[in-house]
Amino acid sequence: MTRVVLTVAGLTLREAARRRVLLALAVLTLVLIAVSGWGFSRFAAGTGGTLTSGEARLTASILLNLVMFGYSLIAALGTAFLAGPTLAGETESGIALAVLARPIRRSAFLLGKWLGLVTFGAGFVVLAGLAQIVVVRLTVDYWPPSPVTALGLLAAQTTVLLTLAVLLSTVISPMASGVVAVGLFCTTWVAGVVGGIGAALGNDAVARVGAVSRVLLPTDGLWRGAMHAFQDPSALLQFGGADGEAFPFLSVAPLTWAYLGWAVVWVAMVWGLAAVSFVRRDL
Amino acid sequence: MWCTGLRKRYGKRTAVDGVSLEVGRGEVVGLLGPNGAGKTTVIKMLLGLVRPDAGEVMLLGRPATEPAARARVGYLPELFRYQPWLSATEVLELHVRLSGTDMPAEERRDALALVGLADRAGDRVGGFSKGMQQRLGLAVALVARPECVVLDEPTSALDPLGRVDVRDIVLSLKARGIAVLLNSHLIGEVERVCDRVVILDRGRVAASGSLLELLGQHEVRLRLTGVPPAAESRLATAGPVHREGEWFTVALPVDDAATVPDLVADLAALGVRVHAVEPGRISLEERLLGILRDGSEERP
Repeated sequence: MTRVVLTVAGLTLREAARRRVLLALAVLTLVLIAVSGWGFSRFAAGTGGTLTSGEARLTASILLNLVMFGYSLIAALGTAFLAGPTLAGETESGIALAVLARPIRRSAFLLGKWLGLVTFGAGFVVLAGLAQIVVVRLTVDYWPPSPVTALGLLAAQTTVLLTLAVLLSTVISPMASGVVAVGLFCTTWVAGVVGGIGAALGNDAVARVGAVSRVLLPTDGLWRGAMHAFQDPSALLQFGGADGEAFPFLSVAPLTWAYLGWAVVWVAMVWGLAAVSFVRRDL
Repeated sequence: MWCTGLRKRYGKRTAVDGVSLEVGRGEVVGLLGPNGAGKTTVIKMLLGLVRPDAGEVMLLGRPATEPAARARVGYLPELFRYQPWLSATEVLELHVRLSGTDMPAEERRDALALVGLADRAGDRVGGFSKGMQQRLGLAVALVARPECVVLDEPTSALDPLGRVDVRDIVLSLKARGIAVLLNSHLIGEVERVCDRVVILDRGRVAASGSLLELLGQHEVRLRLTGVPPAAESRLATAGPVHREGEWFTVALPVDDAATVPDLVADLAALGVRVHAVEPGRISLEERLLGILRDGSEERP
């Protein structure tokens, strides 16, 4: 079982490397780091001491969250479009026939694919995020309050979306699974922003949109947790307290353990569904 | 390898309906039938790739629902595709690892050499032609020391030389006591290598048996001159006679060692001049077409 899982996970990582996905992501990341590094250094030079230290930290927090959102979007697109071809594409083309006729359980094969994708996606956001934090530190001398938590939550967000993409790719075509996964990711994010606006305006019904969507697909909730760990504690006060909720690149509250627990349960549940669907499938 | 009562429906269409077959060690069984007869579906059910609605499958003494039953099974799918980003050697390594066997690299090289890919071992599969991918598929099917090999249309993309290679490989598997199930459209190929044949038609077994049983009807063709009426009646006692000039074709109901020599001796004694005696056999192709036509007449 372990041998099969590790072999398939290794194979998935090798596929990502050989198909130039790794290279494409590395180039994109370098471009984003270079552009944001230049932007941060211009910002530091331009304000030249006219901002109070609080204002500077607020701006750095917002910009960092914004760039991190860029990375999480790249990771989301990358893994969702990787999960489709590697799972649904292989069953469609016939590559999976010879592999699954070996003495292996389909659930072990699926777990291996998932593990490979998680390692790839989570590895990407953690490394790119870390590089970004270092760039921000060097340019504007800002260090987030809990970078480990923040990067961990980014990785968790990628894992959640990827598990959804794996489930989708066991039931629909490779192309459709990528589109639906990314579509749902963006929808949840927008619902989260709408919910934040509702909360700021005191409209409970609208605020509930965000809360419900965060339970249905935990990507946005985890993202908000990550933002909270990236931003300076004083940033929210600086921005105007609870009104900050309406702003998409600041988070008003840290993540609760209960929500993290729900995210774990959600991943296990969706993975289980994917396994049931994949095991029962006729190839 | 055996299965009994296999049944599979796709929506309203019954693809396979009560198929039973058996392949013993050292035996080559051919699976024949028209397109859409359910041959590939039967093979996929044997290998656990398709879940049967009913029926039972045993592989090397274990129920096929256990993945471990496939530990010593090699399979070349009809739709042969291998990871294009891997090299031929890496594909074999992957399959050896997944099969849980431990074998020296030399054996993997031998498997590639056997199918004629020794000099392409390090090349990416993505650059292979269809024929080369099929050869690689054959090496994959043979690499993990199988005791049972399932080949689904193994020569569909191969040139005539490749077909001869496959025939030799199948015969050598048989000689090593390996069970082989061969699905092929090339009847000549099946006739040359198979001990038994199972003919599927519309998801059912239309006929099965050894080649001798299926092709039981033998003929003998004789070129004779100076045939007296007594000799003609002697010919008729051997079986139904068909005459074309000097050529007499006699359909022999039984195929024993004495019928033809006795007939020739009697004809010579009756003063007939015997110029030629040729054995004739109904080809598998004729028999297959006959069975399929009968089947379609029964079920219009």
